[in-house]
Amino acid sequence: MTNTSKYPGKLIAVEGLDGSGKSTQVYLLKRWMEMQNLKVFFTEWNSSALVKDATRKGKKRQLLTPTTFSLVHCTDFADRFERQILPLLRAGYIVLADRYMYTAFARDSVRGCDPRWLRTMYSFAAVPDITFFFDTPLAVSLERILSGRPQLKYFEAGMDLNLADNEEDSFRIFQGKIYDEYKKMVPTEHFVVMNGMLPVEKQQAMVRKYVEQKIDLPVFRQRGKR
Amino acid sequence: MSTTRKNKRFFGTTLPGCDTTKLLGKLIVLEGADGSGRSTQIEMLKDWLENLGFATTSVGLKRSTLVAEELDAAQQGNILSHTTRSLFYATDFADQLENQIIPALRAGFIVLADRYIYTLMTRDIVRGADPEWVRSLYSIALVPDAVFYLRVSPQQLVERNFKKNATLNYWESGMDIGLSHDMFESFMKYQRLIQAEFRKMQTTYGFAVINGNRSGRAISGELRAKVQSIVNMPPQ
Repeated sequence: MTNTSKYPGKLIAVEGLDGSGKSTQVYLLKRWMEMQNLKVFFTEWNSSALVKDATRKGKKRQLLTPTTFSLVHCTDFADRFERQILPLLRAGYIVLADRYMYTAFARDSVRGCDPRWLRTMYSFAAVPDITFFFDTPLAVSLERILSGRPQLKYFEAGMDLNLADNEEDSFRIFQGKIYDEYKKMVPTEHFVVMNGMLPVEKQQAMVRKYVEQKIDLPVFRQRGKR
Repeated sequence: MSTTRKNKRFFGTTLPGCDTTKLLGKLIVLEGADGSGRSTQIEMLKDWLENLGFATTSVGLKRSTLVAEELDAAQQGNILSHTTRSLFYATDFADQLENQIIPALRAGFIVLADRYIYTLMTRDIVRGADPEWVRSLYSIALVPDAVFYLRVSPQQLVERNFKKNATLNYWESGMDIGLSHDMFESFMKYQRLIQAEFRKMQTTYGFAVINGNRSGRAISGELRAKVQSIVNMPPQ
């Protein structure tokens, strides 16, 4: 895998279970950078228009197997990486990614894909300068999701894995397995672990402090008008 | 006739949830450029095999239910970067592998593949993809029972393409990689690159090279003789 050190930009990724609070944290990080007038760009997992159609079709018709599920998402990611993330890094932006390839490593290996195959497939992607992992006990993130949004989609709930016969039970087991995969990656992928049980503003203060120490932020200030 | 059945295997990683011991059919692959006579030969093989009482099914590139239309649309607009296009094709391939090839093999069919991973890998490598990356990507594929590569000289290919379409195809001319602004020159250069890559693969993957410059009938005779030794011929 390529390191971002060869590009002028920086890449910061946030990872964690649904309901871990990572999206809130990355949003606040982005706001803070914008207010410092830094060149910052936010990107989300699974958001490119190009292969959205295929994903939607496959999900609706339940055509996807673990392998094609993984390939469709990697294609989508590659499109976003080659057309957006990489040019931004080369243009000297700080890119904030809400979920990155580690989401695929965790989720797809739970589905039975070979971890080595997955890692080689994603090896075109730049390794983030910082990857924050928002660690929230499984019960807490489940509670946050299941109390707020009871309507779970088929693949989101991991129904394709035959873990349980209803969406909610399946989701619980599936998330538990994903959580285990994340935990395994903490040392190998050098995750910066954040305690997702702390108050939002406290976590954010820690995130900002870490970023400030690791990245020379003034370099990324936009020149010209303010 | 007694039949010895070798289990099918994958190039690398086994597909999650696939039992290879139950794949009773045969997977036969024809490779070659557009205009090499590939599709005609597949048709003739199909007729011949069905006449002998074998059940067959045909697969090819860009025919998956999952992404064929999207891939086509994206190709038209030429908006895909290299890695994205590689992965898009791999998705199309995997979908057909799991939903058509493997079920057909399980049912004892002879699967005739009009191109397989070799064309896909060659195209990617010629466009600068890391060969190791490409090989790993396609390590999910089943090893075919036979691969026949119809080699036709670029000069002959040009003539056959003109006869068929009156124009050269943008992608088959490799126009996207900027070998030349001149389409004819680009076509010749691109096809030579592809053939050189196929020659390299030939030793790695051990497929049979068929001289495609000859008549359709001569080629089909050679193919039948070779296929006969792979399938278990019914008693006459």
